[in-house]
Amino acid sequence: MKVRDIQSEFNLEIAAGSKGLDREVTDGYCGDLLSDVMANAGPGDIWLTMQSHQNILAVAVLKELAAIVLVNGHRPDEDTKARADKEGIPVLLSPGSSYPLAGRLFAAGIKKKQE
Amino acid sequence: MKLSEVKEILKAKVISGEDKLDIEVSGGAASDLMSDLLRKPKEGSLLLTGLASIQAINTSVIGGMAAIVFVRGKKPDQAIISHAKKHKIPILSTSYNMFSSCGRLYARGLRSITWLS
Amino acid sequence: MVSNIIKEFRIEAKDFIHAGESSIEIRRILKSMGLDADITQRVSICAYEAEMNVVMHGGNGIISMILDETGVILEVMDKGPGIDDINLALTEGFTTAGEEVQQMGFGAGMGLPNIIRNADYFKIYSETAKGAYLIMCFWLTNTIRRECSGRLFAAWNNNRHDGVG
Repeated sequence: MKVRDIQSEFNLEIAAGSKGLDREVTDGYCGDLLSDVMANAGPGDIWLTMQSHQNILAVAVLKELAAIVLVNGHRPDEDTKARADKEGIPVLLSPGSSYPLAGRLFAAGIKKKQE
Repeated sequence: MKLSEVKEILKAKVISGEDKLDIEVSGGAASDLMSDLLRKPKEGSLLLTGLASIQAINTSVIGGMAAIVFVRGKKPDQAIISHAKKHKIPILSTSYNMFSSCGRLYARGLRSITWLS
Repeated sequence: MVSNIIKEFRIEAKDFIHAGESSIEIRRILKSMGLDADITQRVSICAYEAEMNVVMHGGNGIISMILDETGVILEVMDKGPGIDDINLALTEGFTTAGEEVQQMGFGAGMGLPNIIRNADYFKIYSETAKGAYLIMCFWLTNTIRRECSGRLFAAWNNNRHDGVG
């Protein structure tokens, strides 16, 4: 599934990084502790978090994440948006919390094949 | 959803509160950081978190949460377990990560507590 | 229903082990008095966020609760470094918390915004190097709305905090 499909299916606002909407999503990751995300997230993950500062882009680039979704109505600051645009990593926004979004993404088939 | 069902769905270990598996949890809330959980009261909800700390317990008491699941295989230390026992909050631990735990519970019907932000 | 209950608790700066215990005790008291669940929850959240702020940022402090027939008044004062820019501190996501605090799950910059969201009345005073004073009020019914005068404000303002080292 592409980021674009998820964005439209779940009606998520695009805050930045729209040139990356065709990136492929293979799994999801929820987490707000950057050290944990660095250790455990993987390439192709769509990352749900409330962290909105530009460090999240560094993490996304290093771990080759597909996209970032900011939950609970959090919005990225200008530095974060600029970085997302530059790196081509979509930052999407969800007014709701991560639990139901993760639930619905998982139900839509975004999950690792074996677990 | 009963806590015993949560345990089964997440293949979780009961760290404390074995006598409380019959309680109902009214919704799911997932976060590693504590403040987002306190935006609005979440009475009776199940907290999913990767932060095994005293403050996770305190946040749950303050927020009126019914139980905590530590994800990513996080196991709290004895001080945290004692603190949870003191405040009568049952704790489970699952090796599934947060995304997967949310997915599995949601698929079996546990929704979130709705609030307007 | 209830006669005035006044409770005060000391808060120790940087004491992350006991941080939150005063708020939990406040919550226990309100529950034991049979106070409405919604107010109890909102008071608990505000007390906790304020208490955590003192532990993380402030010098030693006091949290005080008054429960009377109109509702609950919380006052929190500390002798810490104070808040340099209050407007900035009130914006979501702004934090001066360091790395170790963030690893504990706090310092996301949500504390004061959470208080504003949950209290019926909220005022904050601070001066750099003097500390901070917060007052939060929670009304029992919609018809009771009044300017909330703080019992402890004068003590904070005059730098006389009995029992706060």
